[in-house]
Amino acid sequence: MELVLSIAIGVMTTCGVWLILRPRTYQVIVGLSLLSYAVNLFIFGVGGVKSNRPPVLEGGVLASTLSDPVPQALVLTAIVIGFATTALFLVVLLAARGLTGNDHVDGRNEKP
Amino acid sequence: MMSWSHHLIITPILLPMATAALLLLIDERNRTTKALISLVSILLLAMNAVVLFRIESGPNDFENVYLLGNWAAPFGIVLVIDGLSALMLLLASLLAVASHVFALARWHAVGAHYHSLFQLLLVGVNGAFLTGDLFNLFVFFEVMLAASYGLLLHGTGTLRVKAGMHYIAVNLVAALFFLIGVSLIYGTAGTLNMADLALRMPQMEPDRLMLMEAGAGVLGVAFLIKVGMWPLCFWLPGAYSAASAPVAGMFAILSKVGIYVILRLTMLLFGSGPSAGFGADVLLFGGIATLVFGTIGVLASQALGRLAGYSVLVSSGTLLMVLGINDGIVSSGALLYLVSSTLTIGAFFMLIELVERGQDAGANVLAVTMEAYGDGEEHDMAEGEGVTMPGTMAILGVCFAACGILLSGLPPLSGFIAKFAMLSAMMGTGSIGTTPGAAVWTLIVLVIFSGIAALIAMTRAGIRTFWGSLEGTVPRVLVVEVVPVMFLLSLTLLLTIEAGPVMRYMDATIRTLANPAAYIDAVRNAVVIEGWGPGTGAKAGGSL
Repeated sequence: MELVLSIAIGVMTTCGVWLILRPRTYQVIVGLSLLSYAVNLFIFGVGGVKSNRPPVLEGGVLASTLSDPVPQALVLTAIVIGFATTALFLVVLLAARGLTGNDHVDGRNEKP
Repeated sequence: MMSWSHHLIITPILLPMATAALLLLIDERNRTTKALISLVSILLLAMNAVVLFRIESGPNDFENVYLLGNWAAPFGIVLVIDGLSALMLLLASLLAVASHVFALARWHAVGAHYHSLFQLLLVGVNGAFLTGDLFNLFVFFEVMLAASYGLLLHGTGTLRVKAGMHYIAVNLVAALFFLIGVSLIYGTAGTLNMADLALRMPQMEPDRLMLMEAGAGVLGVAFLIKVGMWPLCFWLPGAYSAASAPVAGMFAILSKVGIYVILRLTMLLFGSGPSAGFGADVLLFGGIATLVFGTIGVLASQALGRLAGYSVLVSSGTLLMVLGINDGIVSSGALLYLVSSTLTIGAFFMLIELVERGQDAGANVLAVTMEAYGDGEEHDMAEGEGVTMPGTMAILGVCFAACGILLSGLPPLSGFIAKFAMLSAMMGTGSIGTTPGAAVWTLIVLVIFSGIAALIAMTRAGIRTFWGSLEGTVPRVLVVEVVPVMFLLSLTLLLTIEAGPVMRYMDATIRTLANPAAYIDAVRNAVVIEGWGPGTGAKAGGSL
């Protein structure tokens, strides 16, 4: 379980880093999304990977059998913020496309 | 029992947030109403900051921890105010007053929701100064960044959209670094409350502590991107010079938010204990590289906007270097430098727009450079209405000279006093009494050289702008546009006249920071109010 999770995070980070270094805006935004997925999984992972453990404290339940609710709260916040900023970036990307006439990150129309 | 003044700690966050929401409901055509509401809110905010600053500079023991939702400290989120936070709040609100008044002339009318975005920026900035919790810091940081994205794009144009895209992409990556750092710290230390974190660090096992330091390092990268430490700074001059004048003026505080957080966390977590001095070398050498890069940039800039952008880097580099030395007396001089340089750069960004208005865009700049940075597209912008400033060129010239003096650190303005305080402490003529080593001599030489470079660049730009223009056209400048610039510059004059009390305040602030136990105790011992809210059940100071 932990191995699968860490491989998934690693693969997504690798792809994300490669993509944000590409010259086209669309690749950059996909790269940013992949990176934020990887980071979200990472945050989720720091609470310890457990299954079938509720994060809710009830009477008579040992605290050690619970899963940590804080990373889950953190990851929710991070998802919401990441979602909003990605949407904003998409708008800027479209505006840049309209103003410069191409989708290069520097707005220049270089010959391949 | 809690007094009413205790709630002043949270008003710097709530007031702009409520104002931003209220402004969204008002139609964009009622621009005067919106501007007025926004102005009232910012003035109230400034008054609030002044009151907090007076409380903090006074001798009385103000209860400086605010428990949100009445939850006890390690479980709930806390807001903490101390000398440093109060100083930064005051600085931000004074800059906001100037920037807002400047925008009233014309800039607030060139796009939608300017005032809401501006208020939200203040929410983020003030929140970042007040919070005592790392994840809450992330949230406020993101609020600040999201608002700054909108403000940077305010006025649109190819240049702004291009610079905005770079700015957003870089800062989104910085936010991801922030998250990785925060989650690593939580995973190893099990807390995100800064005071609690400082308390737990000495008890951590070495392998956990190593991971936690890695987390702190990753977290630091996020702030260093914001501060603009070389080599994470290439976005900064472009973004700041592309922003509209009042926005760029306000952005002068954003890099200082990064400095504030680094200072706060370094002093709290790495001041003493097992990992004392963590990251000091990175700050020192990073600061040196940033200062060198910024100085070269200042000398190489042809457009005034770029010059101001690189001045931000010079200021950041100097501050990072001093944080790297991590010495009490030098740091209190650096705090004065922080205040002085923020005011200067804020005023300078606004002044540039006024000075350049009278000129043919690009007359001073090489054609090649112009092409690279896009050309001026604001010629068809509506003329602002209002009273024109008499004696325009004389006043602009005096303000420009004052900016030059401040940036290069010449007497009589506060730039000189700040640099003098730092350098004399570094040379050991202060109360340290030690002979400086080779590293410190390098710093001294670099700081002095960066001042000379700023002087050369400003003189050259001034001659070209004021004496070298052939047409001799006088820009049409309104009173409301010059007054904010003069206001900020007169604040630096005030800093010079009141240098004694100001330095005492900075010294006291640094002393408080150097003694994190007081901060930790204040947070740990903050009492919940009995019989009110959810915190009543959870007893205060519950140790895990």
